[in-house]
Amino acid sequence: MAHGPAKGISRWLFTTNHKDIGTMYLWFSFAMFLMGGVFALVIRAELFEPGLQIVQPEFFNQMTTMHGLVMVFGAVMPAFVGLANWMVPMMIGAPDMALPRMNNWSFWILPFAFAMLASTLLMEGGAPNFGWTFYAPLSTTYAPPSVTFFIFAVHIMGASSIMGSINIIATILNMRAPGMTFMKMPLFVWTWLITAYLLIAVMPVLAGVVTMMLMDIHFGTSFFDAAGGGDPVLFQHVFWFFGHPEVYIMILPAFGVVSQIIPTFARKPLFGYASMVYATSSIAFLSFIVWAHHMFTVGMPVAGELFFMYATMLIAVPTGVKVFNWVTTMFKGSMTFETPMLFSLAFVVLFTIGGFSGLMLAIAPADFQYHDTYFVVAHFHYVLVPGAIFSITAAVYYWLPKWCGRMYDETMGKTHFWLAFLGLNLTFFPMHFVGLAGMPRRIPDYALQFADFNMIASVGAFLFGAAQILFLYNVIATIKKGKPATDEVWENPEGLEWTVASPAPYHTFTTPPQVK
Amino acid sequence: MTDSVQKSILATALRLSGVVVAMFVFAVYIMPPMYDLFCEITGLNGKTGGQYQATDAKVDESRWVTVQFLATNNENMPWSFKPALTSIKVHPGEEVEVRYLAVNPTSANMVGQAVPSVVPFKAADYFHKTECFCFNQQILPAGQQAELPLRFIVDLDLPQQITTITLSYTLFDVTERTTTNLVSSL
Amino acid sequence: MLSRVGRLSACLLGLATMVGVNSTALAEEVERWGVNMPVGVTQVSRETYGLHMDIFWWCVGIGVVVFGVMFYTMIVHRKSNGAKASNFHESTTLEIIWTVVPFLILIIMAIPATKTLLKIYDFSETDMDIVVTGYQWKWKYEYLGEEVSFFSSLSTPREQIDNLAPKGPNYLLEVDEPLIIPTGKKVRFLITANDVIHAWWVPDLAVKRDAIPGYVNESWTIVDEPGVFRGQCAELCGKDHGFMPIVVKALPQDEFDQWLQTKKAEAATLRALTEKEFTFDELYSQGEAVYNRVCAACHQVNGAGVAGVFPAIKGSAIATGQMAAHLDIIVNGSKKNPAMAAFGPQLSEVDIASVITFQRNAFGNNMGDSVQPIDVLKFKQGGQ
Repeated sequence: MAHGPAKGISRWLFTTNHKDIGTMYLWFSFAMFLMGGVFALVIRAELFEPGLQIVQPEFFNQMTTMHGLVMVFGAVMPAFVGLANWMVPMMIGAPDMALPRMNNWSFWILPFAFAMLASTLLMEGGAPNFGWTFYAPLSTTYAPPSVTFFIFAVHIMGASSIMGSINIIATILNMRAPGMTFMKMPLFVWTWLITAYLLIAVMPVLAGVVTMMLMDIHFGTSFFDAAGGGDPVLFQHVFWFFGHPEVYIMILPAFGVVSQIIPTFARKPLFGYASMVYATSSIAFLSFIVWAHHMFTVGMPVAGELFFMYATMLIAVPTGVKVFNWVTTMFKGSMTFETPMLFSLAFVVLFTIGGFSGLMLAIAPADFQYHDTYFVVAHFHYVLVPGAIFSITAAVYYWLPKWCGRMYDETMGKTHFWLAFLGLNLTFFPMHFVGLAGMPRRIPDYALQFADFNMIASVGAFLFGAAQILFLYNVIATIKKGKPATDEVWENPEGLEWTVASPAPYHTFTTPPQVK
Repeated sequence: MTDSVQKSILATALRLSGVVVAMFVFAVYIMPPMYDLFCEITGLNGKTGGQYQATDAKVDESRWVTVQFLATNNENMPWSFKPALTSIKVHPGEEVEVRYLAVNPTSANMVGQAVPSVVPFKAADYFHKTECFCFNQQILPAGQQAELPLRFIVDLDLPQQITTITLSYTLFDVTERTTTNLVSSL
Repeated sequence: MLSRVGRLSACLLGLATMVGVNSTALAEEVERWGVNMPVGVTQVSRETYGLHMDIFWWCVGIGVVVFGVMFYTMIVHRKSNGAKASNFHESTTLEIIWTVVPFLILIIMAIPATKTLLKIYDFSETDMDIVVTGYQWKWKYEYLGEEVSFFSSLSTPREQIDNLAPKGPNYLLEVDEPLIIPTGKKVRFLITANDVIHAWWVPDLAVKRDAIPGYVNESWTIVDEPGVFRGQCAELCGKDHGFMPIVVKALPQDEFDQWLQTKKAEAATLRALTEKEFTFDELYSQGEAVYNRVCAACHQVNGAGVAGVFPAIKGSAIATGQMAAHLDIIVNGSKKNPAMAAFGPQLSEVDIASVITFQRNAFGNNMGDSVQPIDVLKFKQGGQ
């Protein structure tokens, strides 16, 4: 097993090395992040001013749909899988992932899925235009012909995620170094283990719901068509049974990342390790019984509304525990503010703000006013952008020196942070206001009273986009000509990954380390 | 890696694949019928049950319940479709017959399917149809009209706070999804 | 646009100087900018607003404490200040406290929320019922038992949307025919849809309900004072989701009754008009108005359609072919393309006759023929 990487393109096509595959996942997700970002900028450009200027409503709807799909399935999820590929074996002292060949497949089917999805933009009738939540019957009876390609793309993405999760679980359960008990595992490993179980449970449900759509469209069944005895509301139940755990799939690994980074730069062990594990598990459990809070206005018996309202409010408790733990970890530490720490601190503050608006949305009567407005858009972007995206960025800055053996430019990193921070808040904070004031989501044009805040949001979005170009430049510059990094990189960081050389050798822990 | 580790990895992977298959089956084959059952129990979406067999002839003459009738045409359904009466007062327990009128103004034979829905949802459980045109697809030849009968009983146990029940039918054009010989046999 | 940027910076500056100086001015500024949920005009909307503000202040309070500690730590316990790290990493007491306290706060929040929800779900004792049906992309209102029903669609002129004319004050929030309701009466809305899922939302009434094809949802409101309240469709329903506003006008009971009488009379007149013989010019000019209101959104003002999506009227086989086929597609919609709805139930006979006449003679389609409302009625009834 001591040989190095193969040469040329075949290294990447046929690799079974977890580090190579992790790298490919990360680059792929960054490419998707830029693509989804361009879609977002089209949306923001059209919304810069009232009136229709740049795109027509049909195309606008395709943009909102593709932006959501690409960001969720192309950017955030593969980025976390990439981080897991790189870090999970190194953190638990394993030589590689448990199923290396399957690892290769689970990555390489992704580009095909997204090529298929992106190709719908060029098809007659256009790309999917029914929102990333693709509610029936808009996505069945009334869908453009490209919906079939969308369905197959989702199937492939689902297969990729499922294979990735099986691999991660099999690795964590079977390949931990001697002495690495469950309660000694780094939190990133813990959160990923729980996330992988969530994925295994709900990705087949997503596959199921698109399969039912496919059968309704092409094989004459009526799962979602009232005319044949089906029910469009069933679609929403099945979709959100997948969709709500999916939301946590995108945030639990982020919790893990931040729980690795904050102790390093506070120079203090993580506060309440065990409660972090329990809190993550309870969030995962609760995610299965709250789905209908996305459907308060659909019309449910009042008992149903109450149940889903209470269950949703309960999520605030374990989430609060996590935030309190992070703050207490910092308390009486010896803090420094390198780029990964800045992103993590912003994560804690802004994710909490997203959590607050989430709590507000849980209140069913108030949700009747919030639902499907820009307040919701503000809410989920506050949890996903500073949540998932910032934590991924923090993770890249934190582990990049370990991956490539070179240190990134700290000034550029901090500039990236402040630009992104400013851009993000300019973009998404005003959305709270327009949402409360009555602006529905997914509209290409809006009434005049929303104009000022929309203009601010559009400016912020372009700033945020520009900041990502700086990120790309910083990463490339680091790989090409960054100063050599030490093996520890940071001051006494915790974890097996810091005990190997920088850059991490192609094969690590071929002889398992002994964990005390 | 030792063989025993390899073996347990394989076992884990197989177990998880089993879960994946089970969850897919759950989503496609279990959730829809479970949902229908759930709807019927809770009246979610105002879904009413199938044909009801009257068991008790008791009528609560002291109480009046207003039943309203709505008719909606889905999408391109060109039939004229409306209730003969927009509302009626009934006693719980009493069996009542009302009619909907349908006209097919087109030059083609068509098939329609009416989908019932009741509000308040809570009332759906207490609204029993002993005979309804919504149980079957309705065939209407070109230019013809028909009276569609509906017989129902409001349950004696209807909660006291419900004084009005609204019954809505949405009429769907299902000509194309019906077997062609059914239409051409007209 | 420049003026807006200027106004924006002036407002920001003004806002910044006003904070802490003049709270009424701040409140006015908040009002003018529309940064918060409207209090609304009904008991339910006021309670909802109260719930919203309560939970908001709870969040602010928790935020101040948590972020306060965090920022204190970031300032005081930094390495550059010479802070030495302690090593504590557990405290059962603390962890129990911060599990239990949030739980108690949640219970405090859940009680009023439950009360308001139960109130919203009290559908009994309604005074009148209005059936609200969502169409792609307009609303239909039907006064149950009154034989009055009409469509309500966007009345903002196309030129304003395309930036060819200055935008009016109620840009995109204005309709040709608003929903009229009486004040002080419990009005129940029975909400359904004709094609895809829509959602009927008026913020000032705090009413938002999904309109689902095949199913009926209910909601209700009691508006205390007369006024005009504007809302929008809140569920993505296709191309013109952003262009199907809702306008509700509340009138005192006597004015409402008067309106309803007029409406009924109008319906009778319309029936009479259907019998009347129109001249070609009357039909053509009326048809142009109908076309721009109903057809132009897809088929475009110049009749050229959108290639690959919406067929052109100009030179179309239907508009230059058999009259029966033309009547058929307008009245019954297209079998092949669900985007072409059946307009038979949506438009009056007069409107259908005139729009067909217009389509056959505009855009260079010089058919020279016309159709009378009575023929449309016969077509609808007899299928010929």
